[in-house]
Amino acid sequence: MTLSKNTGKEHRMASAVSAADIAPRAYAWEIQATGLKVRVGRNRMAVDGLDLSLGIGVHGLLGPNGAGKTTLIRALATVLRPTEGGLELLGESVGGMGEHRAVRRRIGYLPQEFGYYKRFTVREFVEYMAWLKEVPKASIPAAVQRAVERVGLADRADERMKALSGGMVRRVGIAQAIVNDPTILLLDEPTVGLDPAQRLRFRELLQELGTDTCVLVSTHLVEDVAAACTDVVLFAEGRLVFKGPPDELASAGGPEHVGDSPLERGYSALLLNPEQGRGTW
Amino acid sequence: MSAEHAAKRLIEEYARGGADLSADEVWAVEAHLEMCRVCREQLSAAVGAGVPAVARLVDSVWSGLEPRLAVTATMPRRRRWSARLSRWMTPTMVPWLAMVVGVTLLTLLLDLAYTGTGEVSWVLLLAPVLPVLGVAASWSRGLDPAYELTASVPRAGLYLVLRRTASVLGVVVPALLVGGWATGVMVVQWLLPCLAFTSTTLALGGVVGVTRAAFGLAAVWAGVVVAPTLATSRTTFALQTGGLPVWGLVLALGTGVVIARRGAYAVLGAHR
Repeated sequence: MTLSKNTGKEHRMASAVSAADIAPRAYAWEIQATGLKVRVGRNRMAVDGLDLSLGIGVHGLLGPNGAGKTTLIRALATVLRPTEGGLELLGESVGGMGEHRAVRRRIGYLPQEFGYYKRFTVREFVEYMAWLKEVPKASIPAAVQRAVERVGLADRADERMKALSGGMVRRVGIAQAIVNDPTILLLDEPTVGLDPAQRLRFRELLQELGTDTCVLVSTHLVEDVAAACTDVVLFAEGRLVFKGPPDELASAGGPEHVGDSPLERGYSALLLNPEQGRGTW
Repeated sequence: MSAEHAAKRLIEEYARGGADLSADEVWAVEAHLEMCRVCREQLSAAVGAGVPAVARLVDSVWSGLEPRLAVTATMPRRRRWSARLSRWMTPTMVPWLAMVVGVTLLTLLLDLAYTGTGEVSWVLLLAPVLPVLGVAASWSRGLDPAYELTASVPRAGLYLVLRRTASVLGVVVPALLVGGWATGVMVVQWLLPCLAFTSTTLALGGVVGVTRAAFGLAAVWAGVVVAPTLATSRTTFALQTGGLPVWGLVLALGTGVVIARRGAYAVLGAHR
């Protein structure tokens, strides 16, 4: 058999899988919070004693306005420090001081207020974010192209961002969040501004991502949850009210509760009577 | 290094479907083809010559793909300089830098025009606050729309703070050098306060937010140094050569605090 060693350049193709990719996982849950409290401002606990374990899959974070969803997502994105309690991401505690660079490299984050630079093109912006996320220099162009294609903006990739519609800007936000192939993906109201067709496509993308990523999507659209999520996390006043599959949420509601769909009825039933819901987890 | 390649016979057999090869040979040829451009070329020649069915299949896949690939924008060959610059400062910094350079030129003009009014040098008076304003701008929530995203990335924190500060200083210091040279002020006399103020801004910024720290310090500077100097038309002690050790101490302290508290720059608080 005349098989061979190759020159170095050709060899690099074979090492697309890094040691980190095949290393065994040393943690049980991608996201694990125990008694997590996060203070906002001087004395308001936006997250008030949360115990939550999330693994691979798409988790819908539901809750009324002011429930603390954004604060929770910020704490998970490590931009807010927990006031009390433990928070482990990918097996590493992110409670104390420190920059958590290794963990952050594996997190994708779309904030609720997605700020961007109007004069950048889509590609430039996503490239800039890839650089900030320490994606290896050689793989940035390909990673950017892939992310932009996944959100369906390949044909607009070299347009300035100020020329894009609101829904497209939101999709750029999703592209920058997935450009580093994150293991934890945090999306704060990603469907705002998307039209119905785009929302359908987005749900497909979510399901696709959920096969190997821990995706946490905050939303107030119950139908998004029903369509794309494997799991619902219902959150109110900084506390966990319910965690379980969408069917279980639907079964909590009866005809006497407000709502147009079984899920909505379940949602209002659990929020009306949090004590009852708390027993189920 | 001379690479070894798969035998022509193996590749031709492989192109025909590999029925006449043993399983280990197929496996090895395939593994080799994945890595070797030369042999892939041979394979495509073998397919073109001997296996029309596969060649037709490849052609039909291509003709199906081509219109879809044509829609996809091709990557531009070079990125614009402004995009590359964003690795050093926030993309919204250009107007601020223009302002800083403008102010430096203005102080220079003032110094040259009013040399008779006193011993006060405007370059000396403004040197410490100019970079502070630049540093503030690169961390301001109002000026950087993507501040929350920036705070969440692995590169955030001390590394990015220092990188942006360095680029602000990289613009301000040469401008001040020109100013100092034209007005005859000693370099160390303005450079040390300039660096000391910058490091103090960053040190305080870790506690109260960089923008707040910058504006606080600029106000203190205006009240404690600039106003009395203008009122008395005499350079205060702080800016005379006797004050230099104090500035050196401040610089060292500020730098120490920044390094000790480096985790503080990776959260939203640093952007206040």
